[in-house]
Amino acid sequence: MKPAHTEGSASPGKAAFFDIDGTLISTNVVHAYGYYAMNEGSALGILQRSVKTLASIPVFSVLNLVDRKTFNEFFYRSYAGLTEDRLLTLTEDMFEDLIKPAIFAKAQDLIDQARRAGCKVVLVTGALDFTMRPLARHLGADDLIANRMQFVGGKATGKVIPPIIEGANKANVIREYCETQGLSLMKSHAYSDSASDYAMLTIVGRPTAVNPDLRLRALARSYNWPILDVR
Amino acid sequence: MRPLKTLKKLYDEESHLIITEKGSPPRVLFYGEDFWVEDLPVGTRVITARPPLEGVPNLKAAIRYAINHPEGMDPLHALLKPGMKVTVALDDISLPLPPMKTPDVRQAVLEIVLELLADSGVDDVHLVIANALHRRMTEAEMKRMVGQRIFDEFHPDRYYNHDAEDPEGIVELERTSHNEVVAMNRRAAESDLLIYVNINLVPMDGGHKSVGTGLTNYESLRAHHNPQTIRDTESYMEPGKSALHRSTERIGRVIDKHCKVFHIETTINNRMFEEPVGFLMKKEEDFTELDRLKVQSFKYALSKMPRAMKRKMFFNIFAPYSVTGVFAGATEPTHQRTLEMSWRQYSVPVDGQSDIVIFGMPYVSPYNVNSILNPLLVQVMALGYLFNLNRGVPLVKKGGVIIFTHPCYDEFDPEHHAPYIEFFNRCLTETRDAMKLEHKYEKEFARNPSYVHLYRKGHAYHGAHPFYMWYWGENGRQHVGKVIAAGAENNHVPAIMGWDRTDTLSEAIEEARGFIGRSASISYVKIPPILQTDVRL
Repeated sequence: MKPAHTEGSASPGKAAFFDIDGTLISTNVVHAYGYYAMNEGSALGILQRSVKTLASIPVFSVLNLVDRKTFNEFFYRSYAGLTEDRLLTLTEDMFEDLIKPAIFAKAQDLIDQARRAGCKVVLVTGALDFTMRPLARHLGADDLIANRMQFVGGKATGKVIPPIIEGANKANVIREYCETQGLSLMKSHAYSDSASDYAMLTIVGRPTAVNPDLRLRALARSYNWPILDVR
Repeated sequence: MRPLKTLKKLYDEESHLIITEKGSPPRVLFYGEDFWVEDLPVGTRVITARPPLEGVPNLKAAIRYAINHPEGMDPLHALLKPGMKVTVALDDISLPLPPMKTPDVRQAVLEIVLELLADSGVDDVHLVIANALHRRMTEAEMKRMVGQRIFDEFHPDRYYNHDAEDPEGIVELERTSHNEVVAMNRRAAESDLLIYVNINLVPMDGGHKSVGTGLTNYESLRAHHNPQTIRDTESYMEPGKSALHRSTERIGRVIDKHCKVFHIETTINNRMFEEPVGFLMKKEEDFTELDRLKVQSFKYALSKMPRAMKRKMFFNIFAPYSVTGVFAGATEPTHQRTLEMSWRQYSVPVDGQSDIVIFGMPYVSPYNVNSILNPLLVQVMALGYLFNLNRGVPLVKKGGVIIFTHPCYDEFDPEHHAPYIEFFNRCLTETRDAMKLEHKYEKEFARNPSYVHLYRKGHAYHGAHPFYMWYWGENGRQHVGKVIAAGAENNHVPAIMGWDRTDTLSEAIEEARGFIGRSASISYVKIPPILQTDVRL
C-alpha cells in the first residue's frame, strides 16, 4: 500500500493570499505594539508608552472605522524611537508568547490544503514585516507581504516605507506579485476576514471570506463566495 | 369464472395502476414543501406503489441469523480473534429517505455486532461513516443513527466520518484491470476485518458500491462518477446493465482481494409515512372523509408557514419503515439476496411507455436531509432519480416530456451546499454540457482549498459533488425532449437548467400536449411511496 496521491508542493500558476489578523490569528497590530510597549526595558518607558497608547485608543478606534490607511499611518508613529535591535530581539519572544497561541485551530489545515492544491502560499498583512516573519515561517508560507518600518540610525522613525499595505494597496501588491512571479490572478485564491480587504478579495478569481465580519459576510453572500470558519 | 390463481396474478399486476375517469378523485402531489391537489386528464395512467411488505417478526433474531448463516463466508463469530483490528463502516444519512424512526436499523445491527466483538476479545474497533464526498454528519445526526449508548462509548475517537481529503487517512491499493484508481480509508484497509452495515433503499445501493464508493476519495470516484460512464449506463437500478456498477465491481473486487469484508445488508419496506400524513401512503380512491380533511388542513397550514418552518416540520417526520430482510456475508452473494428482496417491494409492472410523465417533487433528496432542495437537487431528483426509477426501460418515451411540480426557488444552503452555489451561478450559466463542465471545471472545484476545508471541517458536500449531481441527470437529459417545471416561482432557475416553466400543472400538460401532439399518452407516478416501474414494451 502506498500513500494516496496529492498534488505535491507549490507549483507555478496560482497562489493563495492570506490576510493574517482575524483570518489566521486572533490578534492584531495593536496587540503586537502593546507587547513591544510592555517590554520597553525601563519602568518609565513602559509607563510612558502604556499611557500614550491608552490615551490614543479613542483616536485609533475612530480612524480604524474611517480609513484603514490613515489608521496605519497614525498607529505606526507609536513605534518612533524604538530600537531596531530591541524590536528584532523581542520578535521571537512575541511570537511564542502572543502570536502562536492566537493562531486559529484550523488555520494550518487551510494553508496545508492550499499547498496541496498547488498554490504558492503568501501572507499579506498590514502588520509590520518583522513581527510576522516567525509566523510565516511557522505556517510554512512561501512569502510574506507586509509593511516595512523605516529605521534611521538603528531607531524606528514611526514611518512606514510606502506603499502602505492595506485596503486597495493589498490588491495592487497582489497584482504586482502575480505579474513578477508569473502567476495567474484568475486561478489564485484570497482569504480575509474583513470587508476592508474587499479589493484584495475581488482582484483574484477565487475569493473566500474567513471568519467574516458582518459587512464581509453580506458581501460574500451577495457574490456567492465561500464562507469559512477556521476558529 | 377465472381460477383464483389467475385472478391473484391479475390483481398483483394491475392493482397498482389506475386509469383516471371523469369521476376520479383529484391527486395529491408534493410541490416541494407544499401539496398540490390536482385533477389529471381523463385517461391518465396513475402508477402507484405496492403495499409495504411485512417486516421480519423479530429484527434482532433476523440479524443474528444472518451473521451466523452468511452467504459465501464463515459466520461472523468464526472470523473473530482476540486482539484483532476491526472497522465497522456505516451508510450515511443519505439513506433511507425520509430518515427512519429510532432505533435506526444500523443501531440494531451495531448493538449485536459490537456485543459479539466484545465477547470475542476484539477491543480495537472503530465505527466509520462511509460518507465518501457527502457532507459530514453532525454529532446530533450521528447520535441519532447509533443511539446514545454506542455514541457515548465510541465518539469522537472511535466513531467518526470518513475523510476523503485526509492525506494520511487514504491509501491506494493496486489499480483495476481498467486502470481505475482504488483508494480506500486507511483504517478500514489496514483492519483485519471490515464489516459494512448497509441500508438498501433502492437496488442501486449496496454490494461493491458500499465500500468502493463510500470509503474512497475523489481520484477513485472519478473512474465512474463521470458523464461518459453515466451515458454508458443503461439502468442505474439494474447492476447488470450499468457501466457504473461494472466499474464499482472491478474496484470492489480489488478491495475484496486486499481486505476481508463482511457485509451486513438490510432491506426495508416502503412505509415512508404514517399519521398524521398517512394519506400520502394511500391511493386517492381509498381516501376517507378524514383523509380529505387532513389534506386540506395541511395544505392550508403549509400555505401560512414560512418555508424554513415547513422544512423543519417535514424533517421532523420520520419514517416507520419495517426491516424486510437482513443478509450477510461476502459481497456478491449477499447483495444478490438484497436485490431480490428490493425488487419484490419496488417493482411495479406496466405495459408500455408514455409520452408525458408527471412526478410530484418532494422536499427531500439523498443530499438535502435537514437542508434545502436547491435547484441542482431538484434537477437530480427529476432527471437523476425519478426518471431512473425503472428496470432498464424508462417510463417516458424517447423525446417525451417530464413534468414535475416544484417552486424551483433560487435557494442554497451555504453550509451544506457551498460549491453548488458557484456551480449553479458560474458554470451552468456558461454551459450545460456535462462533458465540458467536467473537462473545464471539475478538478478546479475538487481541489479548491476553500471547498476542501468546508468539506473536512464543516458540513459541506465536496467541491466535486455538484458535478456529480449534474452528471446524474445526464441520461434523463439525453433521453427526454422537454422538461417542464410546473409551479416554478421564477424564470431564471428553469432557464439556467434548460427547462420550460408554467404556473400550473394543467398549463404544463397543455404545453406538453402541444409539444407531443393531442393524442399524447400520460402517466403520473405517485411517489411517495417509492416504486420502480418494470416497463414491458
